[in-house]
Amino acid sequence: MELFTNQILAGISTGAIYACMALAVVMIYQAIDHLNFAQGEMAMFSTFVSWQLMQWGVPYWGAFLITLAFSFAGGIAIERLLFKPLAKAPILTNVAGFIALFSIINSCAGLIWDFTIKQYPTPFGSSPFLGSQLISTHQAGMIGVTVLLLIGLYFFFQYTRVGLAMRAAASLPESARLVGINTSWMIALGWGMAAAIGSIAGMLIAPVVFLEPNMMGGVLIYGFAAAVLGGLTSPFGAVIGGFLVGIFENLAGTYIPGVGNELKLPIALALIITVLVVKPAGLFGRPIVKRV
Amino acid sequence: MSAVEEVVTEHPAVEAVPKRAMTLGYGTSLVVLALLVITPMFVKNFIIFQMTMLLIYGTAVLALNILTGGSGQFSLGQSAFYAIGAYTSAILMEQYNVNYALTLPIAGILCFAAGFLFGQPALRLSGVYLALATFALATAMPQLLKLGFFEKWTGGVQGLVVTKPDAPFGLPMSQDMWLYYFTLVITIAIYIFSVNLLRSRSGRAFMAIRDNEIAASAMGIDVALYKTLAFGVSAGITGVAGGLGAIAVQFVAPDSYTITLAISLFLGMVVGGVGWLPGSIVGAAFIIFVPNIAEGVSKGLSGAVFGVLLFLVIFLVPHGARQVALVGQQLASKFRKN
Amino acid sequence: MTAMLNVKDLRAYYGHVQALYGLNFALDEGSLTTLLGANGAGKTTTLRAICNMVRSTGAIEFEGQALNNRSTENIVRLGIAHVPQGRGTFTTMTVEENLQLGAITRKDSAGIVADIERMYHHFPVLKQRHTQQAGTLSGGEQQMLAVARALMLRPRLMLLDEPSFGLAPLIVRDLFKILGKINREDKVTILVVEQNAQLALELADQAYVIETGRIVMAGPAKDVANNEDVRKSYLGY
Repeated sequence: MELFTNQILAGISTGAIYACMALAVVMIYQAIDHLNFAQGEMAMFSTFVSWQLMQWGVPYWGAFLITLAFSFAGGIAIERLLFKPLAKAPILTNVAGFIALFSIINSCAGLIWDFTIKQYPTPFGSSPFLGSQLISTHQAGMIGVTVLLLIGLYFFFQYTRVGLAMRAAASLPESARLVGINTSWMIALGWGMAAAIGSIAGMLIAPVVFLEPNMMGGVLIYGFAAAVLGGLTSPFGAVIGGFLVGIFENLAGTYIPGVGNELKLPIALALIITVLVVKPAGLFGRPIVKRV
Repeated sequence: MSAVEEVVTEHPAVEAVPKRAMTLGYGTSLVVLALLVITPMFVKNFIIFQMTMLLIYGTAVLALNILTGGSGQFSLGQSAFYAIGAYTSAILMEQYNVNYALTLPIAGILCFAAGFLFGQPALRLSGVYLALATFALATAMPQLLKLGFFEKWTGGVQGLVVTKPDAPFGLPMSQDMWLYYFTLVITIAIYIFSVNLLRSRSGRAFMAIRDNEIAASAMGIDVALYKTLAFGVSAGITGVAGGLGAIAVQFVAPDSYTITLAISLFLGMVVGGVGWLPGSIVGAAFIIFVPNIAEGVSKGLSGAVFGVLLFLVIFLVPHGARQVALVGQQLASKFRKN
Repeated sequence: MTAMLNVKDLRAYYGHVQALYGLNFALDEGSLTTLLGANGAGKTTTLRAICNMVRSTGAIEFEGQALNNRSTENIVRLGIAHVPQGRGTFTTMTVEENLQLGAITRKDSAGIVADIERMYHHFPVLKQRHTQQAGTLSGGEQQMLAVARALMLRPRLMLLDEPSFGLAPLIVRDLFKILGKINREDKVTILVVEQNAQLALELADQAYVIETGRIVMAGPAKDVANNEDVRKSYLGY
C-alpha cells in the first residue's frame, strides 16, 4: 500500500511538469484551434536563454523575467512572420510548418549551446518538502507555480476585456470581427502567451530533467496527452490531466511487468486514448456537438 | 463547467481535390513513365538504389494520401505498418527461406489486417485525437520490436540482415537494377489500383466521409466499414513498401522505423499535395534528398536548413506539388488556345 | 438628406462564381431600408460585401469614407453594426458577456454600463437571463440579443440579415416594432435584408428588390408594396 501511495505522490510531482506544459498547449489551442508541435522546442530555447543570462551574471529572477518577456515577444514574432502567411493554407500545411519550426529551433539550440547536459538552478531549493521524503521543495514549488498560473489565466479570461476578446475570437472568429475585434492580433497574442507559459514550464522542468536541446521531446507529448485528457477547452482540465498523466506513467512503470522506461510513453498514451474513446471531449472539456 | 454544448459546423479538415485533377494527364504520365523506365540504364548502381528508395517512399506516401487525402483520417503512425511489412519480409526471407517476391503479398495482407484492426478503436477519434493515437502507435513500434520476447524472430536491437536477390533467369543486370524494375512494376500496379480505388464507389465513400462524416452516414454509407477499410488498405500498401524497403536496404532494425519516419511520410504527403496521388513521388523526393542537401549546406545546422527549406516550400506552394501541376496545366491550356 | 452609404457597381464573387452583378444603391441618413429577395438572390452577399466579408469589386462609401480596402473589424469600428444570418451569438458566453463584446471597441466604461442597462430596458427578457449562457436562449431571445449586441456599438448604421428567420410571427412583429423605435429614437440608419416581405415593407421607408444578383426595383416602401409584380411574387396576392 505504501508503494502505491508513494507512486501516486511521485506521479503528482512529475505531473506538475506535464500540467504546466499542458497549460501552454491549451493556451495555444484556444488561440488557433490546433496543437503546435514546436511548443516544446520554444520552451527549451527560452530556458536556454535564461540559462545564458544567468551565465552572464544576471540573478535568477531577473533572468526569469527577461526570459518571460523575450518569450512573449518571440511567440508573437514567430506567429506574425511564419504563420500569419499560412493563415489561409490548409491545416496540414500549418502542421508541416510546426514541424519545420521544431527542426529549426532544435538545430539552432544544439549549435549555440551544444548537446551536453547542463545543470539548471531552482529558486525553491531541493530539500525535502515539509520533511516529506516524497516531494522536494522544488516539486512543491512547481505545483504551486502551476496553480498560480491557472488562477491567473482564469482571471485573465473571465474578468479582463482582452481575455473576453480572445475567447470570442477563438469561439466564433467571424462574429468577433463583427464586433470590431482584430482576430488576427488575437491569434498573435495567443501565441505570445503560450510561448511565455511554455517558457515558465521549461524553466521549472529543467532543474529536474537537466538542460539540453532534446529535453522537451517527451514532456511535450505528455503535455499534449494531458491537455487532450483534460479537455482541450479547459485550462483546469489541462492541469488535472497533467497530474493524472504523471500518475498513470508512474503506476504503469511500477505495476505492469515488462514495461521499462521505453514503453511508458506508449502505455500512457494508450490509457489516455481509452479515456477519450469513452469521453471524446476529454474529462473536463465542453462536449462538442457536430452539425452537418 | 457549462451545460451548453458547443455546436460546430465542421469544415472538413482535409480539403477536397477535384476528381479531374486527381491524376496526371495521359501525356504527362507517359513522359514520367518513360523517364522512370529509361533512366536506370544510364546511371550508376547507387543512383539506381536511390531511385528504388524513391519509388518505395513514394508508395508509402501514396498510402498515406489514400488515408488522409482520401478518407480524411490523420495518421502519424504509418511507420509502424512500414516496420511490420519490413520485418515480415525480413523474417520470412531469412528464417523461413521464402522467396522474396512472395513475402510482399504476405506483408501486404498482414499489414492490411493490422491496419483494419487498428482502425476499429480509432473509429471514435478524429483530428488531433486520432493524430495522438497514431503517434502512440508509432512510438510504441520500435520498443515492441526490441522486446526480448520477440528477439528470436526480430533479432532484437541489432535487427536482421536481409539478402538482396539476384536478377532471375540469369538476366544480365545488377541486383540493384533488377530490384529497381521489380519495384517499379509493383509501384505502378499499386498506383493504378489506388487511382481506381479512389474513382470507385469505395473511393467516393471515402471522400464523402472526408468531406462530411455526418452527412455521409445519413446517406447510408457504412462509415465504420469504410474508415477501417481505408486504414487497412493504407496499412497494406505501406507494408508492401516496407517489405521492398527491407530488401533494398538489406537490413531491418528497430531504430530505422521511429516516429521520424512517420513524420517524414507526413511531410512527403504535404509537399506532394494532400490527396494528389502523383505528388507522392515528389513528396518522397523531398524527404529523401532535402535532408541530404541540408546537411551539405551546414553540418551543424542541418536541421535548421531543412526547416527553412520546408518553410520555403510551404510558403510558395501551400497546396504542395499539386499547385505547381495546376499552374502548369493552366499555362499549357493557355498555350494551346493561342 | 445626404446619402450615408453609397454603393456603386458592386460585384461580388464566391471563388469563381459571381453572385452580384453591379448593384447601385444608396441609403439616406436616418432611413430604414429593406432589401427584399428570394433565396439565393444575393441579399446576404450584399451585406457581406459591405463589411468586406466576401471578395468584391465596386465602390462602397460610408459617410464619405471608402470601405473597399478595410478589414471587416475596421469597417465595424467606423460605426457599422452587422447582425449576421444565424445571429452569430457567442453561445458559450453569457448574455451579459455578449453585450460587453458588442462594446469591446469602446473605451468609455461608464457609458458601456449605462448602455447595457438601456438594452435591458429595450429587451426585458435579456435582463432576466443576463447570467445565462446565450446558447440556452430561445431563437427569438437570441435574435433580441444579437440586435442588442449590435446596438452596444452605438452604430450609425445597422445591417440586419433576415432577422425574422425561424421566429414565430408574433415575435417578429415585436422585433420589428423595436427596430422601428431604434430607428426613430436612437437615430440609427437601418438596412434590413428580408424574405418576409410584408412586415419588412410595413416597417421600412425605402425598399429595394434584388433578383439573381441585380436590383430590379427601387423606391419608397409603400410604392414597392403596391406594385403588382411584387405583390404576386413576394406577397402572395
